[in-house]
Amino acid sequence: MTRKTPVNQKIEHRPPPPPAGPVPWDKDFALQLLLDMLRIRRLEEKAAELYGEGKIRGFLHLYIGEEAVAVGALHALAPEDNVVATYREHGHALVRGMPMQAIMAEMYGKQEGCARGHGGSMHLFDAATRLYGGNAIVGGGLPLATGLALAAKLQGETRLTACFFGDGAVAEGAFHESLNLAALWKLPVLFCCENNLYGMGTAIERAEAQTDLCVKAASYGMPTFAVDGMDIVDVHATMQKAVAKVRKSAGPVFVEFRTYRFRAHSMFDAELYRDKAEVAAWQKCGPLHTFTARLKAKDAKGGKAKLTEKEFLELDKRVQAEVAEAVAFAEAGSWEPVEDLLKDVHTPEGTVTAAPQASTKAGRAKSPAPRSGRRSSKPTSARGRR
Amino acid sequence: MSRKISYREAMRAAMHEALTNDPRVFLMGEDVGRYGGTYAFSKGFLDEFGPERIRDTPLSELGFVGAGIGAALGGLRPIVEVMTVNFSLLALDQIVNSAALYRHMSGGQFSVPLVIRMATGAGRQLAAQHSHSLEGWYAHIPGIKVLAPATIEDARGMLAPALADPDPVVIFEHAGLFNMEGELPDDWTVGIASAKVRRAGKDVAIITYGGSLPKTLAAAEILAADGVEAEVIDLRVLRPLDTATIAAAVAKCHRVVVVDEGWRSGSLAAEVMARIFENAFWELDAPVVRVCSEEVPIPYAKHLEDAALPQPEKIVAAVKGLFA
Repeated sequence: MTRKTPVNQKIEHRPPPPPAGPVPWDKDFALQLLLDMLRIRRLEEKAAELYGEGKIRGFLHLYIGEEAVAVGALHALAPEDNVVATYREHGHALVRGMPMQAIMAEMYGKQEGCARGHGGSMHLFDAATRLYGGNAIVGGGLPLATGLALAAKLQGETRLTACFFGDGAVAEGAFHESLNLAALWKLPVLFCCENNLYGMGTAIERAEAQTDLCVKAASYGMPTFAVDGMDIVDVHATMQKAVAKVRKSAGPVFVEFRTYRFRAHSMFDAELYRDKAEVAAWQKCGPLHTFTARLKAKDAKGGKAKLTEKEFLELDKRVQAEVAEAVAFAEAGSWEPVEDLLKDVHTPEGTVTAAPQASTKAGRAKSPAPRSGRRSSKPTSARGRR
Repeated sequence: MSRKISYREAMRAAMHEALTNDPRVFLMGEDVGRYGGTYAFSKGFLDEFGPERIRDTPLSELGFVGAGIGAALGGLRPIVEVMTVNFSLLALDQIVNSAALYRHMSGGQFSVPLVIRMATGAGRQLAAQHSHSLEGWYAHIPGIKVLAPATIEDARGMLAPALADPDPVVIFEHAGLFNMEGELPDDWTVGIASAKVRRAGKDVAIITYGGSLPKTLAAAEILAADGVEAEVIDLRVLRPLDTATIAAAVAKCHRVVVVDEGWRSGSLAAEVMARIFENAFWELDAPVVRVCSEEVPIPYAKHLEDAALPQPEKIVAAVKGLFA
């Protein structure tokens, strides 16, 4: 896939064939994943609308077109795993279990939002589902994920850390430093690259001398997978393999999800850098309609389809109701009092932080030291001695 | 009773104690293990605590400082050693955009109990790229605490409360202090909440921190010989600044010199002066002056380097100017 691309040459990104074929899952699981893709789609369509109304402000980055990646990938994780995501993370938060209401309220800037309105669309955090952001510095999440995996390893935990980032992050030093550290120290990180072919408006061919991202990751000595990110069946199957590999080896694995963003980079993007025809061609691979069509098809033996149009409409109705409830919740929400402006800059004394305590290997953990040290100058070998 | 130890030994003892007392604490940085620490702060630790807790890193400041943040989020208490403040610029994104912001940006869900230590300062003929004093930059950032231990006691005692703090703490250790020896009393208490009076006086308050403290104390002795009694304030905690102690010294002495190895423009000294104007303006008998580094990349040649930095003679001259 290495290509020499003169700077001014027109670049075409041809889509793969639209996802097709039978869905090898039982009906319940298939519909769960369809439901999650629909939830992301409807949430974001509504968010775009609310942005137009001025209810949501700041930056808003939509994931529309890429839903198969978050849904297929995150359904391969266990609840105790950590997730680090980017500023295009509504879907990840939703699939991991953050209530849609908390997401919508956060985008409204209300204190009922997951981050009390401090973060907005780009900074969704959830200690309960171990979502460590919502990081809006490209590449910023990779070192964090590496450290989360280091903590898990040193504390004898089995959880892995899945770190999502885009193709743009691959150009950052943080990408290379993190992959090197994770491989060097054999840390359980699943590096999940959502390659949507553009870093904001710059095509990957104009940013990377080596456009095969797996080659870069492989140079750090870790297993790699590349998968059609429009095909949720392939995404999930590949992610399951990758997860198993991380758990077995306890070392990092890199997965490239080849996907495409149907909407603008953010609400301020006039999309001058790509042809409408290219977007239209990729829309033929749209994860929702292709998956729906596959579920509606009769299986090879002419048996029952997994989904009827009626069931789909019911599912969609449920989702639209969830979105309406989320909007109502956000509308009814309240603003954090300005008196609390400085409240969360530092952790109040006595707060038990969301980070779990270290496992007490040999029972040696003790409560944190006091805020001032008072020590004898004699050799301090006995722990806890004052 | 007390005993004589060096700044280096004091810092080493503080880390040894932390590693011994809390299994969540580990040390990570360039050459902290097999090399024994760039400044021999962690000599022998690798054998005692093993490679998992005394973790040599590649030259990846952004990566390993970020990994320290992640490890803190994951339940550990990392001490991340960045060899010098000069190299910390490669990690600035993780410190400023992640460590400092995570608590507030997550609506109070995630604290980052991380300690970052780094050597700072000039004075050893290491030339422009190894001589920065950027404490003032870090002290600009809400969400982190910034410490500057300048005495044996602080070198010994500041680490424990920094590790106990639930939020990120950056500790600046001036390389010119490492061989300094002093008495450590048997019974000492060190907190990280306030500035301290290092020398009592009544005629002029000289406010400083870090590597400039010994120079300021030397200047105070010269001034004493001329009958000027200087009160020397060691800021110790550069963020949050202890405005009350600063204002009290101004109210007592009415004349003030601020000494800061950082460059003059936009310096921590400028912030100290602003606090004085905001809080103690009517106590002043003369304009506040400052002795900072000259606004030049720090040169290699000794006479030029000396000329670029605050020195006792410059401090003495600044004080005398207030009485002219």
